[in-house]
Amino acid sequence: MAVHSLTPGADLAYVQARSSDPLPPPSLVRGPIAWLRQNLFSSIPNAILTFAVLGLLLLIIPPTIRFLLIDAVWTGADRAACREDMAGRPVGACWAFVVDRIGYFTYGGYPVESRWRVDLWFAMLAVGIGWMLWLKAPRRDVGAVYFFAIFPVASFVLLTGWQAIGLTPVATAFWGGILVTLVVSIVGIVFSLPFGILLALGRRSKLPLVKLACVVFIEVIRGVPLITVLIMANTMLPLFLPAGVSVDRLLRPLIGVAIFASAYMAEVVRGGLQAVPKGQYEGAMSLGLGYWRMMLFIVLPQALRIVIPGIVNTFIGLFKDTSLVYVIGVFDLMKTIEAARIDPQWAAPTVSNTGYAFAAFFYFVCCFGMSRYSLMVERKLAAGQRR
Amino acid sequence: MSTIASRPPAKASLVNDPKVRGIVYQVVLVAVLVALVWAAATNAIDNLRAAKIASGFGFLESTSGFDIGQTLIPYSATSTYGRAFLVGLLNTLLVAAIGIVLATFLGFVVGVARLSSNWIVARVATVYVELIRNLPLLLQLLFWYIAVLRALPEPRASLNAGIGVFLNNRGLYMPRPIVAPDSWLLMASLAIGVVAAIAYSVHARRKQAATGEQSPTGRAALGFVVGLPLLVWLLLALLGTNPISFELPQQTRFNLNGGLQVFPEFVALTLGLTIYTAAFIAEIVRAGILAVSRGQTEAANALGLRSGPTLKLVVIPQAMRVIIPPLTSQYLNLTKNSSLAVVIGYPDLVQVFMGTVLNQTGQAIECVAITMAVYLTISIVTATVMNDYNRRKALVER
Repeated sequence: MAVHSLTPGADLAYVQARSSDPLPPPSLVRGPIAWLRQNLFSSIPNAILTFAVLGLLLLIIPPTIRFLLIDAVWTGADRAACREDMAGRPVGACWAFVVDRIGYFTYGGYPVESRWRVDLWFAMLAVGIGWMLWLKAPRRDVGAVYFFAIFPVASFVLLTGWQAIGLTPVATAFWGGILVTLVVSIVGIVFSLPFGILLALGRRSKLPLVKLACVVFIEVIRGVPLITVLIMANTMLPLFLPAGVSVDRLLRPLIGVAIFASAYMAEVVRGGLQAVPKGQYEGAMSLGLGYWRMMLFIVLPQALRIVIPGIVNTFIGLFKDTSLVYVIGVFDLMKTIEAARIDPQWAAPTVSNTGYAFAAFFYFVCCFGMSRYSLMVERKLAAGQRR
Repeated sequence: MSTIASRPPAKASLVNDPKVRGIVYQVVLVAVLVALVWAAATNAIDNLRAAKIASGFGFLESTSGFDIGQTLIPYSATSTYGRAFLVGLLNTLLVAAIGIVLATFLGFVVGVARLSSNWIVARVATVYVELIRNLPLLLQLLFWYIAVLRALPEPRASLNAGIGVFLNNRGLYMPRPIVAPDSWLLMASLAIGVVAAIAYSVHARRKQAATGEQSPTGRAALGFVVGLPLLVWLLLALLGTNPISFELPQQTRFNLNGGLQVFPEFVALTLGLTIYTAAFIAEIVRAGILAVSRGQTEAANALGLRSGPTLKLVVIPQAMRVIIPPLTSQYLNLTKNSSLAVVIGYPDLVQVFMGTVLNQTGQAIECVAITMAVYLTISIVTATVMNDYNRRKALVER
């Protein structure tokens, strides 16, 4: 009979009989110093890296802040305010220049007495975009009709003018700045979505010739740079039309951008169409729906919902790319800045950089906002998928 | 009784027959397209005749009469338009090739930095990516060209980086390598080195497959490719002939003479394209690395692989499968974006051919068609190569 000792296992050589000494408390696991150690100085190479990056930031950030804010000139009527020799102090960004020219940057040469029409258009645009992008907005179907049918027509009447209802016509040659940047992007999105859907459907069609035509169109346009499409629209469009018919200088790039954006949109929509399960198509067909009804009521609503982030990303790309209309002489925001910065009235060394900073601010706010929105939608859609 | 089975299928009306409908749709589509093209062509012929503009590609043979700032091949105002086209094409390819190499390097560094455990490194990388991706490339090019490079000092006050590198508002000046006649020995030794390195790595792989023994392939390759030419160079130098010497730019009173001058337009375009594309590549690299599941790293660690081999043999090969396809489309984007050269006056294909040549000759259709065909060819060739690569690298599911 084995004798059991009081501590079980005490007679076994490999079992520790005595509890080991407690470990020293962990040096620091929380608090700012522990955080610093873990995230910035976890090893010697890491610490060197941290100091290198800090040095780099020290090299970039203080001069930038000094230029943009501390040394900046906020008020002034002409270049005298922004020249070091005249102002008698170091001069950073010349915001007075932007303040002075903000009307030109926003409306271009649009007649001052008619600028309320552009303001109204901005407001209508904001309503349309808000309605489309706010996923829980009431009656989004009405919103779509507003944005894709009513709004374009209303914009055309409002911006180009219509004598019969008392709106003086304004030639597009006078449009400029943010107005043109927005017009080009909105035309791009409003036209590219329907055409892109048609092209995507065509590319997935069973009819060989329809498919071939769509594939060739999409791949050719996606294979060439936007500039070549714009130059093509600018120089070749007048050639292809009967003699005597002239195309508006602003309409040409609009056509180019619409063609270009449609090809990219088609590929985004195609991704959505492919993601809709086959059962949905088969279910629709078994209910006796024809091709167009099946697409319109069953497939497209699901496909488009999936690709909202893709559509927004395409739009961000389009919005940035509209700056290329600059090349063919259309006065968009970048072109108005280029024109204003070489104006002798504001000839001062920092004026160019200020103009670029203003453009950068405008584009960054718009694009960053849209990309955050697209991320939010993506997360929301993913939440729906997780259930 | 089975009357149902034997009944002939109900004769549908011809209007509802999907086959007939399909044919009708396609005939209508073709008819519309042909009509459009025909109308455009006849209008174009009429308009060209009215404007007295020649058509056809004969103009490629005639004298261009304009100069180009940066030419990789001999070119002057007496050269032909065809030659100008070639100059533009080479300039596009040059900036695209250099941009792709630099953007890949920067993009991988930033992509890995975004995943760094070092908080500040990850943050700086994120800010870089978000800032650059959300600004138009055109704005960035103008910034680099006008705000940075044009603002550099005059040639007489050039920034001197030492070792014969100068920077001023006329560009970047570097030592120009001068190749002596007997440098073929050097080239030959380089070629021999490359062949030897390849042969050695093949041998090492066979040996590993047969015996499991590993050989220091990387070090050996470095020795063959770098060491051998270096040795030959030293020998030649000892014999008194220097195969490659450098001509340094000389600072004179108003300008710099000699050396290799890189034009500011080229510097700005390369810089802008590199920084812009690298931000997109960084996102692709980050997504690729995140796509390799943690289990892979853990399994490699469990097998006793250290962090270096884990990265090299397990993570990167799997990440590359995710990274390569979008990376290729970024390369294509970079090549297409190089056409923004026209904004800062770098003589690329679009600037030379769709700009100057088109304006001089007025032959819009030919110029646009040729330029588009070049970009399209680049795209299609790349896409074909990539599809082939994807087919070989795709996961083989059993």
